[in-house]
Amino acid sequence: MKLESMYQEIILDHYRNPHHKGLREPFDAEVHHVNPTCGDEVTLRVKLDDGVVSDVSYDSLGCSISQASVSVMTDLVIGHTLDEATEAYDAFLTLMRAKGDTGSVTDDLEDVLEDAVAFEGVSKYPARIKCALLGWMAWKDATARAVGEGDNTTEESA
Amino acid sequence: MSLSVTTPLDVERIRKDFPALERVVHGDRPLVYLDNAATSQKPRQVLDALEDYYAHHNANVHRGIHVLAEEATALYEGARDKVAAFVNAPDRAEVVFTKNSSEALNLAANVIAWAEQPYGIHRGDEVVITEMEHHSNIVPWQMVAQRTGATLKWFGLTDDGRLDLSDIDRVITERTKVVSFVLVSNILGTINPAEVIVRRAREVGALVVVDASQAAPHMPLDVRALGADLVAFTGHKMCGPTGIGVLWGRKDLLDVLPPFLGGGEMIETVTMESSTYAPLPHKFEAGTPPIAQAVGLGAAVDYLTGLGMDKVAEHEHAITAYALDRMQTVPGLRVIGPLTAADRGAAISFALGDLHPHDVGQVLDELGIAVRVGHHCARPVCQRYHVPATTRASFYLYSTPAEVDALVEGLEHVRRFFGVAS
Repeated sequence: MKLESMYQEIILDHYRNPHHKGLREPFDAEVHHVNPTCGDEVTLRVKLDDGVVSDVSYDSLGCSISQASVSVMTDLVIGHTLDEATEAYDAFLTLMRAKGDTGSVTDDLEDVLEDAVAFEGVSKYPARIKCALLGWMAWKDATARAVGEGDNTTEESA
Repeated sequence: MSLSVTTPLDVERIRKDFPALERVVHGDRPLVYLDNAATSQKPRQVLDALEDYYAHHNANVHRGIHVLAEEATALYEGARDKVAAFVNAPDRAEVVFTKNSSEALNLAANVIAWAEQPYGIHRGDEVVITEMEHHSNIVPWQMVAQRTGATLKWFGLTDDGRLDLSDIDRVITERTKVVSFVLVSNILGTINPAEVIVRRAREVGALVVVDASQAAPHMPLDVRALGADLVAFTGHKMCGPTGIGVLWGRKDLLDVLPPFLGGGEMIETVTMESSTYAPLPHKFEAGTPPIAQAVGLGAAVDYLTGLGMDKVAEHEHAITAYALDRMQTVPGLRVIGPLTAADRGAAISFALGDLHPHDVGQVLDELGIAVRVGHHCARPVCQRYHVPATTRASFYLYSTPAEVDALVEGLEHVRRFFGVAS
């Protein structure tokens, strides 16, 4: 059944037992993103330390795909450098553009994405790609703000 | 399971008129189309009318003196006659074609706001809507209120999915210029008590606008009996094509309201300094109208009239009662809206345990069952009932008890798929 390709067991696991969930202090930036077509929502905080994503915390509401995706995302970015996390972000975007074409998912991509490879099946369902991207987009936005904040602080203290 | 529904319609024969209902999806799954509140399927009669119009009569209307132009005009204006009869309008000039309900409601909100005394909406005036409106009957009034400084008020909802009219005399006051409400909710299914609201609006001299988008396709709609000033509905939910909607309005009111959009077709004479406007209904139909779509709507009205709207309503009432009974046997299923079929249309929203509607809809789709998930363009309703979104099954004149059974079995499958303990 095609459906199992989207609802991989690993996705359902993250949905039932999300990682890193809950809003935590301290944080550099907080964003709230919504997926207006289905009502998925995420509030997400990012903490950066010396170019490392030291924490990502979130509170969220929504479908299994959006919930599992944000959970997997935190596993991939927390404790990693900003460059590594951005590489994972880019890889996930590439995966979502695959439209279910397994040939376009290279070994390199798989190495970067780890559990997130399970979302490949989602890319076949245009209506669900936004769900899978919600957490990632929120992280990207929050990180951009956190980096911006850092610049401001530097300028003020200078 | 499905023996307890008595219907006045020959549904088996009716279904043969709708080619899309014969679709098979995801390999071998017969389509179970339960997204009729979003849009209905189209009968062959409507498709043929569209094909015939474009193949043989296509021309622009109300201009040109050639054969096709006259035929196109006759077909377009003939559709207006059919719609006028369908809603029991006193005068065919009261039927204004728009592109959909949203445009009809935007037209209504704006021209009322712009109008001369005693109409017009100004600072200190009040506009009353309800918490169960589709966004298309919220946002235009919000925009008018923001622009004019008027106050937007609304009726709240009761826990069982009805309008809370307990303080109607305090909500609709001498300051109220317009009351605009949905006749049948697209998300809750509720049929609202129009006469109570119209009576109070009349007491204070307010205009009454009715969003009949979910009423016109499903039950007899009589604008005289309704007693409203303006009534909006759309073609594509009632077997017609997309791109065609209707605003019916009282002639003496439409006559004094200013135009909405300016352009061709809506004028009498134009100089470089100023223009005078065409008589009704053309004053409100700027530019080349949706001609083929109107013709298609005319064919849809013929189709519905042929079946009898009272019979359509009776059929849907029976299906709704059956569906409410059956669906509420699914463990963890909570209907958002009235729990019985009394004063209720055929759209049934629900929550299934903690499962997100998007997941519910996805698994149902895999079984060939088409439902709508999300906030149904009625986000305030979701907030009111503390759900991020709902799953909605909505039925129509061709829906069968077997489709209800398929839905219920599908929901059981959804529960198993996500490992919800029974």
